[in-house]
Amino acid sequence: MSERTKEQANVLPDPASYVQGTKLDKLTHSTSNLEFETPDHPYLDSNELIINMGPQHPATHGVLRVILKLDGEKVLGTECVIGYLHRGVEKIAENRTYTMFNPYVDRMDYVAAVSNGLGYCQAVEKLLNIEAPPRANYIRVILTELNRIASHQLWLGTHALDIGAMTPLFYTFRDREEILKIFEKYCGARLTTHAFRIGGCQYETYAGFEKEVKNFLTFVAPKIDEYETLLTTNRIWLERTKNVGVISAADAIALGVTGPVLRASGVKWDIRKALPYANYADFDFEIPTGQNGDTYDRYLVRMVEMRQSLRIIEQAVNGIPEGPIMAKVPKVIKPAVGEIYHSIEAPKGELGYFIVSDGSTQPYRLRVRPPSFVNLQALDVMVRGMLVADVVAVIGTLDIVLGEVDR
Amino acid sequence: MLNYIMSYLGSPLTPGQAGNQFWALIYVLIIFAGVSVVVMAMNWLERKALAHFQIRLGPMRVGPHGLLQPIADALKLMLKEDIIPAEADQFVFWVAPLIGLLAAFTVYTVIPFGPSQAVSDMNIGILFMLGVSSLGVLGIVTAGWASNSHYPLIGALRSSAQMVSYEVAMGLAVVSAILMTSLNTAGTGTLSMIGIVQAQQQQGVWFLFKFFPLGAIAFVIFAIAMVAETNRAPFDLAEAESELTAGFHTEYSGLRWSLFMLAEYAAMLAVSAIAVTLWLGGWMRPFPNLLSGPAWEFIFSLFPGLTFAALAGFTFLGTIRMPSHSFFKIQRIGLGVFGLLLAFIALVLFIIAIAGRNADGSLAARTREGIDYVYWFMFKVAIFMYLFIWYRATWPRYRFDQLMRVGWKVMLPISLGVLILTAIVGVLVK
Repeated sequence: MSERTKEQANVLPDPASYVQGTKLDKLTHSTSNLEFETPDHPYLDSNELIINMGPQHPATHGVLRVILKLDGEKVLGTECVIGYLHRGVEKIAENRTYTMFNPYVDRMDYVAAVSNGLGYCQAVEKLLNIEAPPRANYIRVILTELNRIASHQLWLGTHALDIGAMTPLFYTFRDREEILKIFEKYCGARLTTHAFRIGGCQYETYAGFEKEVKNFLTFVAPKIDEYETLLTTNRIWLERTKNVGVISAADAIALGVTGPVLRASGVKWDIRKALPYANYADFDFEIPTGQNGDTYDRYLVRMVEMRQSLRIIEQAVNGIPEGPIMAKVPKVIKPAVGEIYHSIEAPKGELGYFIVSDGSTQPYRLRVRPPSFVNLQALDVMVRGMLVADVVAVIGTLDIVLGEVDR
Repeated sequence: MLNYIMSYLGSPLTPGQAGNQFWALIYVLIIFAGVSVVVMAMNWLERKALAHFQIRLGPMRVGPHGLLQPIADALKLMLKEDIIPAEADQFVFWVAPLIGLLAAFTVYTVIPFGPSQAVSDMNIGILFMLGVSSLGVLGIVTAGWASNSHYPLIGALRSSAQMVSYEVAMGLAVVSAILMTSLNTAGTGTLSMIGIVQAQQQQGVWFLFKFFPLGAIAFVIFAIAMVAETNRAPFDLAEAESELTAGFHTEYSGLRWSLFMLAEYAAMLAVSAIAVTLWLGGWMRPFPNLLSGPAWEFIFSLFPGLTFAALAGFTFLGTIRMPSHSFFKIQRIGLGVFGLLLAFIALVLFIIAIAGRNADGSLAARTREGIDYVYWFMFKVAIFMYLFIWYRATWPRYRFDQLMRVGWKVMLPISLGVLILTAIVGVLVK
């Protein structure tokens, strides 16, 4: 043992003191290189099993590591270990100009890159005090709502796969492909789209864009029904999702949970309605809410959300005005000294950007409030006392993307 | 020696009953090779059928339409490095897949492919079958324990609990079928697999339709329990991929892993065979008493040939529809040759069916009968195998406590009720 680790050993408290409270003992994933003798730990009686779920695991949606404390199959407690996909996006922002940083946000929630881009662009626009022209807003709404459907489709496929239904995954991927085709035609990229620019959109819609979007609407509506025929009234699906991972509205609010997870608990909070951005105020759509806050309600809420997104897209495509797609934006973006917080309703919840400007071309500090990261906090509350299989179901229903959790 | 070998030919008994070790060994070898080939075919079929459920193509590269994929897989698995984890119990780890395999294959000694087409006809056939097939769980439990790893351990424990609870409902459903065998004039029931089919023959009804719906309910109970028994979706908790990575065989690789797969598929075939024997009239062709007479007998004896002819037809259709690109030349030839092979088998079967159309006890007639028996038995088993794939494509996985609840609180009371009702109705009918 080197000199340094000995020192560390001296300052570390007694292992037994970690048992206090409901959290798992920190020793199970201690990053220190200390080796504890573990013949008869006072806090590890023979009935408990500590299992690492992840970071390589088929159902943790990437590199999430969940330490499970089990009594047989029953979950006594969990602890999430994150950071395996940390790329320092927020730090990178401090060394890039506002324009240069734009593509980086696509890499956070990579299944909803368009939403990320919208949030960032609008935050900077707010900081610059400029407004995107109406046509740009319509294009933005169409693409973001398409992206919401794509994100929910990916969620549905993987969530169903986690619960053991293999087939919906392929159906959702088949239909998601159509959305990606539209993205690819619009901006050349399928996943990390970089669709929007600060001040509007760089690209005018391609010829036939509106027709293709309309075709997609008629194509996908029956497909959503098709997913539902496989799952909504499926007896095993009901048993696996009803009363699983229940979170009350009070708990959800206290934990800062947003998005479909919050709405399934009965809180009618959707930033598109509450604090309308872009031109969501022009459109007529419903905010679905659940009652029980269980996995089934979250499933239903997202299914309805997909249909509501179709409604929004339909109205937007029919009402898309002519005009410029770019506001007057200075060549060099140099916002005045100040700070701004702007949030949008990403497919997974409230996606917020907090930007501090020191008057230079680069943000002084940029902080992202990712929905996945905050929602993931609820995992422990939701799975405590449930079974191992429910952990997987709840991770699925939280709809986390590790790129966004770790950033 | 030759006399000893020849003396069995023409005997109406199974080799086991006739005490002929030589033919018993031949039968064992045929069954072993046959099951292995069927497992390979099942592997291909499952991947293909599952793919088509899921709007994919499935294996397409190795051989025409991926026909050689199972062989390539087997070869790959055999060549893979055989890893035994350092912390594992070496001997138990080594022996666990063999236990499962042994249990799965031993069951086949009493499966009656026909009245004399079985290795042996034990008077406790069904009991033996249930007993041995439930030994399969021992392989899973030992594998999970010997791996000395968390996920396999949980998988193994799940599996053992699952087997125990579903075996009860399964056993009761089987008993209600066995009760039905005693409804003859002599009033003697039987546990012999061949005897059970013969009882259905005498009573002129498959036990599925006996005392409708009692037989059908018992059959459904068994059909559910057998999925749980073989650890297949939606009861595949022991290997639940999304929860336990691969469950009890997480630490296994290469050939050892493939032995588990072989055992799983062999067990699927075996339990399907039990279901067919007990409720679906075993080797009997459909409607033997409604559509009787030599003409119908002849028409039904054409079915094996027709099946192979249809398969050959599909194959030729595939050959024609293959893109005319030089890349597909070898595949096209391969598929054509495969079709010719199937057509040849169909031709042979037709010749046998025509040559043996008179039930006069000649060699041709006996061969024809034997083929019919095996064909109809395999046909019914094949339906179950397709159902196994269908289940897997359609349903999510049960949770552990729900599985136990369904087993103990739903299936057990129902099967017990069916058993009692069957007994009461049986007495009343008599």
